[in-house]
Amino acid sequence: MSARDNILGKLRAVIPGQIPVAPDEAISTHYASLPRTAKASLAQEFSEKITAWHAEVHAVPRDQWVDKVKAVLAEKQINTLLYAPATAHGKALTHAGINGLLAYDQPIEGWKQELFEGVDAAITGTRGAIAETGTMIVWPDADEPRLMSLVPPIHIALVDADTIVPTLYDAITGQNWSAGLPTNALLITGPSKTADIQQTLAYGAHGPKELIVILLTGEAAQ
Amino acid sequence: MTTQPLQFVPGSEFKRRAAKVVADPFLKKSFRGAMDFLMAKRAAQFPDPELLERQRTLAEHIRRYSLARMPQLLEQLEANLVKNGVKVHWAENSDEANAIILGICRQHDAKLMVKGKSMVSEEVELNHAMDAAGIDALESDMGEYIVQLAGEKPSHIIMPAIHKTKQDIAKLFAEKVPGVAYTEDVDALIQVGRDVLRKKFMDADIGLSGVNFAVAETGSLCLVENEGNGRMCTTVPDVHIAITGIEKVVEKLEHVVPLYGLLTRSATGQAITTYFNVITGPRREGEKDGPREMHLVLVDNGRSQAYADEQLRQTLQCIRCGACMNHCPVYTRIGGHAYGTTYPGPIGKIVSPHMMGLAATHVLPGASTLCGACGEVCPVKIPIPDLLIRLREEATHDAKPGHAPLVGQGAGKTTFASLAFKGFAFLYSRPALYRTFVWAATRFRFLTPGKQAGWTDSRTPLKPAAKSLRDLLAERENRGS
Amino acid sequence: MQRNIPDGPRPTDIYFFATCLVDLFCPEAGMDAIQILEREGIRVHFPENQTCCGQPAYTSGYADEARLVAAKQLDLFPEDWPVVVPSGSCAGMMFHHYPKLFAEDPVRKAQADALSGRVFELTEFLLKVLKVQFKDAGQPTKVTLHTSCSARREMGTHLHARELLGQLSGVEVLMQSHESECCGFGGTFSVRQPEISAAMAGDKADALKKTGAEVFLSADGGCLMNINGTLEKRRDSFRGQHLASFIWERTGKNNGGQA
Repeated sequence: MSARDNILGKLRAVIPGQIPVAPDEAISTHYASLPRTAKASLAQEFSEKITAWHAEVHAVPRDQWVDKVKAVLAEKQINTLLYAPATAHGKALTHAGINGLLAYDQPIEGWKQELFEGVDAAITGTRGAIAETGTMIVWPDADEPRLMSLVPPIHIALVDADTIVPTLYDAITGQNWSAGLPTNALLITGPSKTADIQQTLAYGAHGPKELIVILLTGEAAQ
Repeated sequence: MTTQPLQFVPGSEFKRRAAKVVADPFLKKSFRGAMDFLMAKRAAQFPDPELLERQRTLAEHIRRYSLARMPQLLEQLEANLVKNGVKVHWAENSDEANAIILGICRQHDAKLMVKGKSMVSEEVELNHAMDAAGIDALESDMGEYIVQLAGEKPSHIIMPAIHKTKQDIAKLFAEKVPGVAYTEDVDALIQVGRDVLRKKFMDADIGLSGVNFAVAETGSLCLVENEGNGRMCTTVPDVHIAITGIEKVVEKLEHVVPLYGLLTRSATGQAITTYFNVITGPRREGEKDGPREMHLVLVDNGRSQAYADEQLRQTLQCIRCGACMNHCPVYTRIGGHAYGTTYPGPIGKIVSPHMMGLAATHVLPGASTLCGACGEVCPVKIPIPDLLIRLREEATHDAKPGHAPLVGQGAGKTTFASLAFKGFAFLYSRPALYRTFVWAATRFRFLTPGKQAGWTDSRTPLKPAAKSLRDLLAERENRGS
Repeated sequence: MQRNIPDGPRPTDIYFFATCLVDLFCPEAGMDAIQILEREGIRVHFPENQTCCGQPAYTSGYADEARLVAAKQLDLFPEDWPVVVPSGSCAGMMFHHYPKLFAEDPVRKAQADALSGRVFELTEFLLKVLKVQFKDAGQPTKVTLHTSCSARREMGTHLHARELLGQLSGVEVLMQSHESECCGFGGTFSVRQPEISAAMAGDKADALKKTGAEVFLSADGGCLMNINGTLEKRRDSFRGQHLASFIWERTGKNNGGQA
């Protein structure tokens, strides 16, 4: 008998008693009973909440985000910016001819040390955001890998105001996450932090020390 | 069933260790301060008691449903993980869990393992097993890193180094980390940890992590953290091994949402953590990072014993938030190390007997006033006081007919206690005898001993009144009032 | 958690379950509680055969022994009158744990369920059933209140006691720090883990005294013995009093009464 068979055997041998009904309906009823932020206020709520989590938010008309990125790079003295060249926003950055752009275009094994020690910041897109908690939804993929939002000391994230939903439950059900998850779906709420030393909050424990959110607002540019 | 090989020997040592902490005014002040801080932060997250009650009821529902279907969900989880390219292993006890992990390490000729926070890895004493095999297993959660550097164990499941002050840590770093000068600046201390550990993340062959929720329907592992070390451990090294207890499985991602919301609010009073990580398999074709190989080790280690009994099964509802310890007046007085178990505080008292057997742990369920603060704050409504009473019963009695004995069943049995309670029942179930006893106790109150077991260590002796209530009532009757 | 008590006709008779601690260690508190009830026009019946609710055995894991004792108490109250208990933990035992204790004995279970529905902690009974209105007859004073954990968490009566004291115009109730924290008594815990128990009792005594109150009040004999014993050992003159005795004295005893 394998350990698997032994464990499952022991569990199956138990008379389960009364099995509760599936909680799905109770969960959806619960979230439906809570007050909801109106669509028009979602961007503001998101901004306020993520700012409270120590992120820096810059709201810009969506056709001007590249200029805002340039301004942030100058202000933060970022010399190397890691980016994902195959994404739409990556192409825009390439096109804008920004100095110091570094493409994440080869497997980590080839340049691990450079990633850890030679990159000032990374810029990524997001799949959306959650107003209630001030949270970004990040879905890394082959074009925009997982470590971009983790290793460089500054993470710049593009959040489209139109993609903000009220709650995590809205995001998971509305976007039907279960139908196709990436290897590493992420919720990110502020820069990395710890309070492990005498309950004193410190930022930049292992991940980014700074999180800069570029919030794209207004009508889509023609 | 094997019981845990122990570095700690709980039970016999508990009283001695607890007494030592209680007598230390500095520790007392520091635990009290930390717990006050955490209690206030939690309270601020739950301003509406009725809403909290609804949330707790929902969370309890989800956990009970998941447990009721646990065998099916585990099989579904396994099937979906395998489909996602994850290798799934099962371990009945600590030795098996360690052997599995060691086997994976050897396959990869691993020298260095970086670890994200995992209480189950503490429970199976993985670091000890790795050490014995010559593999460097390095904790990367800041709190865990600190206690490992100090050669200690975590004293709290969420805040492992809660027993240490920044001065302790400043001294520790200056002594143990090459090239570091003494500083009490918390940002500087965290920077020290960051610098040391970043190199290790790069060099590590294996990343190990725990799991907060395992989602059967999608074959995903959810990790909750603030620091980013969990993400490092699960992304940078070539091999990721996750280890978890079998009770962590839930059916759907939607079921995780209410649990996650209560977990962080109950634990540290945060509405959400910095990172919530849903991992669904190793690196896919064309991806540029992430581990090339991923494993999950599902650990029983006594959980199936708790599972077998409908009441004790409620122990497994736990989502490891630590609120019960933050609110426990006993934990606040003695800290985590005194318990001698991986999981301290109220949850430790009800879960450890299944992991380590009652022979080693029977004193723990007794070391509670049953004040109920733990059960009151538990986000998944585990009736901790009831379970403490139940374990007191199991520790002092043989198994009931038709019930399988627990490991260490009856280990706390003493002739004195069983005679005392037999005497109690004899006296108090015989009203005439009881009246005689009360009569005698009041008339001979001058015979009351001046020393009464532990009571008079810090209190004056208990002395019966000169007249009992029934005497007073009889007198009044006679006076005709 | 407070239980819902539906409005009903005002009872004329009650059973008084004194508890073993009150009977033997603080009988005046029991007497004062009885006199308050009588002053409200209630006939108080004291079943002679009452002993103990069985809690010490129950919480120590000796369920069989607890059942033996509890079963005897179940037979004490033949009439359908309320059972009033001047102690939160004993009331909690009868209200909360008796039905569980007899879960496997249908006859006793029915009795336990019926009893559970008519067991009241004293302050709860005064406030919610009799809807008393006390008139203060004493000099202005400051007090603080310690509620036992079972009264607080099993019966929700910390609010009742505070509300009753609120009726006394000359009484200011001061809040101690860590108000909801246990005093460290815990029955046999106090002798099994004397060091931890002493630390908790000491902290509770400190917190109560630090309020500057003249006296602390509690409706639970166990907590009173624990904290008062601690204070006495320290040779501190600060003391706790049973809430029933305090109310009886403040409201002018037999001469006082309702507003």
